[in-house]
Order: sequence, then structure tokens, then C-alpha cells
Amino acid sequence: MKMTPEEYDRLSKKASPNSPSGKNITMAFLIGGLICALGQALSLLFQNNGMDKDTAAAAVSVSLVFLSVLLTGLNVYDNIAKVAGAGTLVPITGFANSMAAPALEFKSEGYVLGLGAKMFIIAGPVIVYGISASVIYGLIIYLFKLY
Amino acid sequence: MAQRKGNYTILFDDPPSVCASSAVGGKKEAEGPLGNMFDMTSDDSYFGESSWEKAESRMQKDAVNKALEKANFSNAEIECIFAGDLLNQCVGSSYGLRDLGIPLIGLYGACSTMAESLTVASVFLESGAINKAIACTSSHFCSAERQFRYPLEYGGQRTPTAQWTATAAGAAVLEKGDTPPFVRAATVGTIEDLGIKDANNMGAAMAPAAAMTLKRFFADTQTNAENFDLIITGDLGKVGTKLLRELMQQDGYHLEHAHTDCGLMLYNMEKQDVHSGGSGCGCSASVMCGHIFPLMRKGQLNDILFIATGALMSPTVVQQGESIASIAHLVYISSQKTGGRVS
Repeated sequence: MKMTPEEYDRLSKKASPNSPSGKNITMAFLIGGLICALGQALSLLFQNNGMDKDTAAAAVSVSLVFLSVLLTGLNVYDNIAKVAGAGTLVPITGFANSMAAPALEFKSEGYVLGLGAKMFIIAGPVIVYGISASVIYGLIIYLFKLY
Repeated sequence: MAQRKGNYTILFDDPPSVCASSAVGGKKEAEGPLGNMFDMTSDDSYFGESSWEKAESRMQKDAVNKALEKANFSNAEIECIFAGDLLNQCVGSSYGLRDLGIPLIGLYGACSTMAESLTVASVFLESGAINKAIACTSSHFCSAERQFRYPLEYGGQRTPTAQWTATAAGAAVLEKGDTPPFVRAATVGTIEDLGIKDANNMGAAMAPAAAMTLKRFFADTQTNAENFDLIITGDLGKVGTKLLRELMQQDGYHLEHAHTDCGLMLYNMEKQDVHSGGSGCGCSASVMCGHIFPLMRKGQLNDILFIATGALMSPTVVQQGESIASIAHLVYISSQKTGGRVS
């Protein structure tokens, strides 16, 4: 029997299990929330020790990035992320992991063409489109303020 | 001489003997249900080397040396080695085998390489061009991940249809001899593509290729699933297995009682977190060389069809929006040198 791609698409969709969204969303909420709560706790701690709010915010980012990179290096981060999904991807920890992981991985091709060149392989698009979006956003604000 | 049977199948008049075989595996594979089948395993995923690619080459070299030792042959006695793997330019094989001094024919068939190498080696043997050959292949989870997907430590989530590339290698020594099992026939597959684009669902992409090759073999030899002790596919996993059986059923072939998949055998599907099952050249190579061939040698299995399936894509073409082209090659292996339904 000859099958068309459309027929096979239907058949294969039926045979392929969907991602367990209920479980994934719950875990992302819990672990993502935990990371944010940790960030808030650090922020309060820093402010209680005399930092102003802006400096404390920067110090929180630095601390979370450090923790994320440390856990990536210790081969722990990917095991948490396997369960947490978007919960570890969306906070700044995900960004740090996406740079530390290729840096570790491509070290075998040398510090310049391996580590240096491949470090942005995942984070690169985020930076490119993040900066592009912020330029457009800035332009819109500028135009609104003109009138 | 080899003969054509029907439109696609090659029958071997003087079937080559698979006189020895060996399997090498990683830690996760050693912890699986077939852990005892491996001749060598390593708790270190680098296999004592400094990169994943070198680790894969090391596995293939170890598998070949172990197979030679079991067959009691020296390197010089092997007239040709047929090898391939998943890495770009097949460096797993070429660097693994470069010190052996054996003439090499490099093959690329993605995860179908074990059936491909057995087929090509058998045709060379049958033609009289050579008398002793080795067919081997390997895959390594870490070298495959970095080439096809993400860095190892990247925190991503895998979909339930994704498969786990086996860290394993298998090597088979073939000769003109009388030690069972024997490669009796082969069906070389055509490239099949029913439009699956999800690189995390290789089973679905490859199932139509397996179904096509299997149907052609049955038609060419006037046989069906009941004529064989076992029909074993390479690495279709859970999803591909389900689809293969459905595709075959539509044409009146019922595989349920005779079919299994190497990707479902290598790991504990409940406990080892491999989602849809194992994959990679080394998956079917190690299961066949470490488990199935020895069972046939002991007489516990007599007639089997081995269909290794391969997804012929690269990350580049998939990123360009191409669908996943697939292929499946079949070899009919029997513990009897002559007779039976296929002759």
C-alpha cells in the first residue's frame, strides 16, 4: 500500500507520545520559582548588608550566574534542567548554562577555535535578537517622546 | 556466485560464515539488560582517551582486536575491513583502524551501517575477491550529541520520542567457512522519505524504510514473518516499532510475534531514561555481535532477519528545512548453511 506524507504524518502523530505538559509545567513553575525566590532572598540579604537596590540587583545576577556555571561544571545543572525544563532555562541561570556548556564541550578543539568560537553557539541568537529588539524598543520610545 | 532473487534481494550460494564477533560498550550499556554480552566495557566514557571522538575510535579498535582474538586470526590474515560510523567523514572508523594495517572500505549508512557492512563484506567474500573480512561500526553518545544536538552539559529537555545514542561498538569476522551463523541473503534498501522533519523522532522517520525493505524481501523470497525465528530491527525505538508494525499490517504482514528492536533491548526502558529507546550504529552492532550471533552459534536461534535502519540527514539539511531521508538494509542470517525457506 502506498502512503502519502499526509497520511503518514497522521499515523506518526498518533504513534508519538506528547511531552508530559502537566508535569513539565508544574516542575518548571516550582523550580523556576525556587530560583527566583533564591534571587529575592539574596537581594534582601545584600540590601540588609548595606548595598543599595541597584547594586544588590547586579550582585544577585552575578551570584546566580556563578552558581549556574559552577553547577554546569560539576555536571549537575543538566540533571536539574532535565526535570525543570523552562524553570532553569528562562532565568539568568539558563543563559549562563548555555555559555558554560559549549565552553566546556568545545575545549577539545582548542581555546581559540574551540572554546572561544563555539561559546556563543546557543547564546548567540539570544544576544543578537535581544540587542536588536532593545534597539527597536528604544527607537519607539524616542519617537513617542518627540510628540 | 551471488544470485538475484526477485527485484531487490541477493542470495549467497556459498554463504559467508560469521565465525566470531565482539561487542564493546559504555557504562550505561553495561548497566542495561544485555550488560553481560559485552566483551569489554568502560566506566570512563572517555575510554582513557582525551576526547569523545578518540573514545569512539578506541571502542572500534578494541572491538576489532577482540573479534580477531576470538577468531584466532592476525591482522595480516584479514583482507578487508568494512567499517563506518556517525561522525563527519567517518573519523570514528578511520582513526580507530589506522594502526591495524588492514585494507579498509569506509561505509556510511548512518545507523544502518552494521547491515550495510555485513552485506558488502558478504558480496566481496562470495565473489572470491577476499577470503576473510571484518564488518564493524560504532557510535558514542557524547560524540553524537555534540555533532547532532547540543553540548552535553546544556540544560535541555528531551521529548518522549527522542532516542538515546548508544555508546557501543560491534565487530564481526566473516570468512568462507563452516562456523554458524551464515549470511544467506541481503536486501539493499532504497532511500525512503515520508516527510518527517522532527530530528527528535528518528523512529518515525525510519519506520517506512524498514517496512519497504522488509516487504520487498518477503515478496522476493515468497516468505512471511512466520518463516523466521526473529525479525530484529536496528534502532526504531518505541515509536518506530509501533509504526513499522502498523505499516506492515496494512499490507497483511503481522510482525507482533516475531519482531523486536535492538533499541528496545539494549536499555531498561523503564529505569534508564532513554525515552523512545536506543539508537546509533553501535546499538544494533553491539546487540547483533554481542548477543544475537552468539545465540545463533549456540543453536538457540536459527533463522533471523536483521534490518538496520539509518537516518541519512545532517544537522545542516535539517536546519534548511529538509525532511529526514532514511534507509534500511536487510540481511538474512541462518544457523544452517543451506536449505530452509529462502534458497
